[in-house]
Amino acid sequence: MDDLYREQILEHYKRPHNFGRLEDSDLEYEDTNPFCGDEQHVFIKLDGEGRVEEVAFEGKGCAISTAATSMLTDELAGMSREELVRLPKEFVLDLLGIHISATRMKCALLGLKIVKSASLGSAADWEDEGQPGDRSEATRTGI
Amino acid sequence: MEATAVTPGATSTPATPPRVEEVRSQFPILAREQNGHRLAYLDNGATSQKPLAVIDALDRYWRQQNANVHRGVYRLSEEATDLYEHARRVLAARLGADRREVVFVRNATEALNLVAYSWGRQNVGAGDRILLTEMEHHSNIVPWYQLAVEKGAEIDWAPIDDDGRLDLEAFARLVERGPKIVGVAHVSNVLGTINPIRRIVRMAHDAGAVVVVDGAQAGPKLPLDMAAIGADFYALTSHKMYGPTGIGALYGRRELLDAMPPFIGGGSMIRSVRRDEITWADLPAKFEGGTPPIGEAIGYAAAVEWLDAIGLDAAHAHEAEITSYALERLADIPDLRVFGPPAGEDRAGILSFELQGVHSHDVAEILDRHAVCVRAGHHCAQVLMDRLGVAATTRASFAVYNTREEVDRLVDALNDVRRVFRLD
Repeated sequence: MDDLYREQILEHYKRPHNFGRLEDSDLEYEDTNPFCGDEQHVFIKLDGEGRVEEVAFEGKGCAISTAATSMLTDELAGMSREELVRLPKEFVLDLLGIHISATRMKCALLGLKIVKSASLGSAADWEDEGQPGDRSEATRTGI
Repeated sequence: MEATAVTPGATSTPATPPRVEEVRSQFPILAREQNGHRLAYLDNGATSQKPLAVIDALDRYWRQQNANVHRGVYRLSEEATDLYEHARRVLAARLGADRREVVFVRNATEALNLVAYSWGRQNVGAGDRILLTEMEHHSNIVPWYQLAVEKGAEIDWAPIDDDGRLDLEAFARLVERGPKIVGVAHVSNVLGTINPIRRIVRMAHDAGAVVVVDGAQAGPKLPLDMAAIGADFYALTSHKMYGPTGIGALYGRRELLDAMPPFIGGGSMIRSVRRDEITWADLPAKFEGGTPPIGEAIGYAAAVEWLDAIGLDAAHAHEAEITSYALERLADIPDLRVFGPPAGEDRAGILSFELQGVHSHDVAEILDRHAVCVRAGHHCAQVLMDRLGVAATTRASFAVYNTREEVDRLVDALNDVRRVFRLD
């Protein structure tokens, strides 16, 4: 059994959930992974109370970034914008449930960054954990 | 210290080329093991590994010869200066150029920026045209884009054909628009295409354009005879030529360099500085402001001499053999598409490919488990990626020390990617 490319990750990669566009979205944001140029575009529709009613995303990416965003978008219904902005990175890393190396951290967290940026209406202030050169064990292990 | 005499244009070719095992034994890093596999280093387009000759030259310099250059009158400084200027002569000999036409820079990127900033600002104005090719690396795009925005100039893009060769008919039409400068890669870092550089230079010159060649990938592979190529500017980087990082060279025709303003202002690049008047140093010092990377320049020259001792012809023949073997083996892998020309004289050992349904980062990640090092991503060539209709590719690129066995391991590892992603 492959650890990184386990069944669940490949399933989400090959058949991502919530994949597509929302024409009547209230929030949307698009960003790229500067490491590889991969793009994702996230659309969020809010209900009357300002909570997430529907989420969709589209873009090109690797198995990790696609699976991470696919899993993330499954979990956002009912959250307020403030809750989206406060979502910790561990939220996504726990969903993935695999060890993410420093170089793949940007892939794993791209979708979360875009969700936060969409909620803020501008680019989220972001310092990726597990950056190359970071020796602290906590950030290296990711999960 | 006596500098060895160097004859311009002379490259020695040994009677019998060394066997690949002998070459490999000169690269300590190739003995490294990862996950129980010996390292198969196939990312030479990004940077090559370094032979002992280079490692030793660097070690010797830092341990025994370090001093600043062109300053001290003490013996140590004179020795460092002599070594640094000898390194320039070694480069000049390889290029068949005058030593004053060889400017040390940090890398090919800096060389190209120097041309765009210094020559470009002086010679390109509003409405002028700049002709680039679709296969350029970002380092031969971004400086020209910045210049075009600043000056109000226009960039034209010479297209490639479906085999990844420059479309020379289209190029001829674009050159008729009278660009001020033509920027072209000698060898594409993605497609492995070896451009017909003499012909391109002649066409550009006939139209009155100045030509700047990005030689980053050609450096370790091809003869660099500036007179034969005819380019006005030629950019090189050491670390892809078996030398250290942090050093590269810009060749520029002397009358052009003479007429250009300096690039980086500071120490070393001036003749005199008064409160109201500054005069520039002679070539090449005019373009080398600040303390240069001295040890790195010495290491660069050691790399050039090392490759000359191997013999460029032998290195080229070895790479061509590995490349055609790799193209043959990759063609047998289902769902895999190789970009660039078929094996032949205009095909270098740089192989980009796409495995349908698997992102290049995932390919590279799985290859790494087999200790096969390749590059994944857009290769700083996003204009080309758009033309190819892909976001990224996986790239294997060969050097003098690579073997058929390593190609076999690449193929086995790619079949493992197919297994993991259940492509069967």
